[in-house]
Amino acid sequence: MDVKTGFFYLFSVVLLFASFRVVTARNPVHAVLFLMLAFSQASGLWLLLQAEFLAMVLVLVYLGAVMVLFLFVVMMLDLNLDTLRQGFWKHFPLAASLGALIALEMAAVLMSGFRTSEAPKVAAAVGQIGPQISNSKALGILLYTEYLMPIQVAAAILLVAMIAAIALTLRQRKDSKAISASEQVNVLPSDRLVVMKMDAVKVGEAPKAPEVPADADAPKETKQ
Amino acid sequence: MTLTLGHFLSLGAMLFALSVIGIFLNRKNLIVLLMAIELMLLAVNMNFVAFSHYLGDMHGQVFVFFILTVAAAESAIGLAILVLLFRNMSSINVDELDSLKG
Repeated sequence: MDVKTGFFYLFSVVLLFASFRVVTARNPVHAVLFLMLAFSQASGLWLLLQAEFLAMVLVLVYLGAVMVLFLFVVMMLDLNLDTLRQGFWKHFPLAASLGALIALEMAAVLMSGFRTSEAPKVAAAVGQIGPQISNSKALGILLYTEYLMPIQVAAAILLVAMIAAIALTLRQRKDSKAISASEQVNVLPSDRLVVMKMDAVKVGEAPKAPEVPADADAPKETKQ
Repeated sequence: MTLTLGHFLSLGAMLFALSVIGIFLNRKNLIVLLMAIELMLLAVNMNFVAFSHYLGDMHGQVFVFFILTVAAAESAIGLAILVLLFRNMSSINVDELDSLKG
């Protein structure tokens, strides 16, 4: 058993343990942290498979961005854990037997059917482009020539996702003093300015206040 | 004993089975459901990378790249919907999401 195999088993055991804890952890924050552990182990496994670029993308994009997003959301929500855990162990026997069945069947088929030996056609793989080319360069050459159109579509998908996520969660402030531009343009002079007719007033005489009928008696009494 | 393609494919199968178990167990908790889906995508990506390495074909890794892109977009929108849901219903229990009467 060489070093690579040892690392494979180390990464695999930690990966499987972490993903088991993801689905059984009581606290969602712990689940997210175990998911981060699982992704980091997966990136180690991809390094063993000589897919360096994808391993780094997994660390940057998943551990750095997506998992932090998950963590923010989990911490933002005030979850009631007890109601969410109802029926957890009720489904456990069915789930465990189904999962074991899937894993055993697939492992039986795959372990017997795919005993391809170590490092088989790697030279032939990159041989299409050049024998001593790095993984990132080979991937980049493929992405920007043969897959140019799909990568544009992927970029558009990311843009749509970003705008959709912002638009879904955007909430306008209720105490905002912002002015509606269309209302302001459509306003008429009569809405803002009222011209009132008043009688002429002599000097020294108290002015009449026609708009206040309750006060109308007071100036008459002073005259007499 | 050297590593074979079967090792990686079996690991992917076990990871996939674990996330299926997770979906069964956490029927109520929407956020763990999203995480189980992420794990499933990781298992699929593991298979893609393993095949790409052992069959000597870079196209598998290109496919993994696109799967990662779409998964990131999916989780962003999924979490946005989750936040909106929690704001309106104060709960992320899947059983209470029956307002569409489907």
